[in-house]
Amino acid sequence: MATLDLGIDHELAVGPVRRTRRRLGPLFWAAAVWTVLILAAAALVGVLPLPSPSDMDMLERRAPMSALHWLGTDGLGRDELARLIHGARISLTVGLCAPVIGITIGGALGMLAGYFRGRFESLVVGSMDVLLAFPPLILALAVTAYLGQSLLNLTCILGALGIPAFMRVARAATLTLARREFVIAAQALGATHARILLRELLPNVLLPLLAFFLLGVAVTIVAEGALSFLGLGVPPPISSWGSMIGEGRESLEIAPRLAFLPAIAMFLTVLSFNLIGDTLRALTDPRQGAL
Amino acid sequence: MTGPALLSVEDVSVDLPTPRGNLRAVDHIDLAIGAGRTLGIVGESGCGKTMLSRAILQLLPKKAKLSGRVMFEGQDLARLDRERLRKLRGRSIAVVFQDPMTSLNPVLTIGTQLIETLQEHLELDGAAAKRRAAELLAAVGIPAPEQRLAQYPHQLSGGMRQRVAIAIALSCEPKLLIADEPTTALDVTIQAQILDLLAREQRRRHMAMIIITHDLGVVAGRADEVAVMYAGRVVERAPTPALFKNMHMPYTQALLAAIPKIDAAPHTPLPAIPGRPPDPTRPIQGCSFSPRCRYAAGLCHREKPVLTVAESPQHQFACFHPILMTAGVTA
Repeated sequence: MATLDLGIDHELAVGPVRRTRRRLGPLFWAAAVWTVLILAAAALVGVLPLPSPSDMDMLERRAPMSALHWLGTDGLGRDELARLIHGARISLTVGLCAPVIGITIGGALGMLAGYFRGRFESLVVGSMDVLLAFPPLILALAVTAYLGQSLLNLTCILGALGIPAFMRVARAATLTLARREFVIAAQALGATHARILLRELLPNVLLPLLAFFLLGVAVTIVAEGALSFLGLGVPPPISSWGSMIGEGRESLEIAPRLAFLPAIAMFLTVLSFNLIGDTLRALTDPRQGAL
Repeated sequence: MTGPALLSVEDVSVDLPTPRGNLRAVDHIDLAIGAGRTLGIVGESGCGKTMLSRAILQLLPKKAKLSGRVMFEGQDLARLDRERLRKLRGRSIAVVFQDPMTSLNPVLTIGTQLIETLQEHLELDGAAAKRRAAELLAAVGIPAPEQRLAQYPHQLSGGMRQRVAIAIALSCEPKLLIADEPTTALDVTIQAQILDLLAREQRRRHMAMIIITHDLGVVAGRADEVAVMYAGRVVERAPTPALFKNMHMPYTQALLAAIPKIDAAPHTPLPAIPGRPPDPTRPIQGCSFSPRCRYAAGLCHREKPVLTVAESPQHQFACFHPILMTAGVTA
């Protein structure tokens, strides 16, 4: 019987591992192109031949689109395109860094809670519920009033507000995974808790966490926009999409594009992150289900 | 049994608190296995076989309570500190689980899982561990082992995955291997291959093995000794040939009768044991098999039979009305 088995297996030779390529669809690629474009523009803002985003030209206030100002100027005569790209920088920095705080702290807490259970879990879940019950805008308002407006403070607040959601995702995934036989198998092989958490569970929990991370980026960009719109974001000379919408509101009747351009940029970016996140989740889901 | 036992389970009971009351999964069990020997533990689902194996490894659920002693090479595992226990697991005692679909980590390659175990326990460097991993895969009958190392569990068939699980279990040369229903999740044709592989590796490494199964056919001819479990207790225990020649416990007989016969006429109804195992949270007075036993009489419903010695001291059974005729089956 054994020899028969060997014969068959040699014929199904194990060539280079082939992955079935799934169709990602044009929508995903459009989203990816937009994301790359925005990221590149934000990263290369120093080398791009753009006018300064804070130089005011009082004679050219709310100027229409022209060769000099591609997207026109705003209510103070500042170049709209330059402000948009500089704003992208702020929005993306906050949008990417805040969820990193959330995924690190929330993910770690969630995994520890889901793995060790008991009192530690009750404590973590309880304190996260308290954090969730606190009105986020009031918290942001209180912290900025106390610590002052800065990019760092903004990122930290939004990051802290994201911790409970990441904790829940990580804990839920860990709870189901920790009961799987491979965890018991690892224990039976004499693995330490640290090893089981880092090597056995983390690679499994990371898939749903990363899919949720992209969603978190989208949510954070919107949240940063809302805070900036209310004047709680980055301090004034610096532009961010939210504060640009807020400033554009004043001239909505004369030059509606001043509010709509940053809004469109934010809409497309958020949509792109959502689409990419959804596609990645769809790609990783069946693999989890099958095993 | 010759020589001192490698592992002896002495008066072990496992209690699990459940919302419906205390569940006694393992009820005062005594077992022993010598180095290089094979012990078969047979019983139907829910009779406590798996809990017993977890009790040996000290991997019981957190709320479970264990009493009795689990002696391995002269030390009581139930009283060993966590660090020493951890070092013992894998290196001295290893396990092969029932379902290779779930006992391997789905997101790590086979190589990673095997190599890390080797590095952890044997302190090999990367290249040596990789070489050793490929050797192990070859030893368990996996062709093209170097390429297989880079594959994920879902790219392998069930039989191949179980071979990988066995390779991982064997990686640190354990003295005792616990095979917890190693073939239940596999195709019948693969079952024999896996059992033969386990037997071959056992002989080569002079390792003791506990095969846990619900199929008497699996232990016949492979185990030196068989313990039949019912409702958390050992109801019959004997060297394999003696058991198949002279079984005394009606439950053993019923289990044997429930194995499909290859020479039976087509459409022969499969003899099943009537009724179902007793609810372990509601212990019954008397022999736990009495509600399903066709020989049960007055005393069986009142008192629990204890293990009594039959023809030889190694053959023990717990029954007031043992079957005295020979079953006419040879292993």
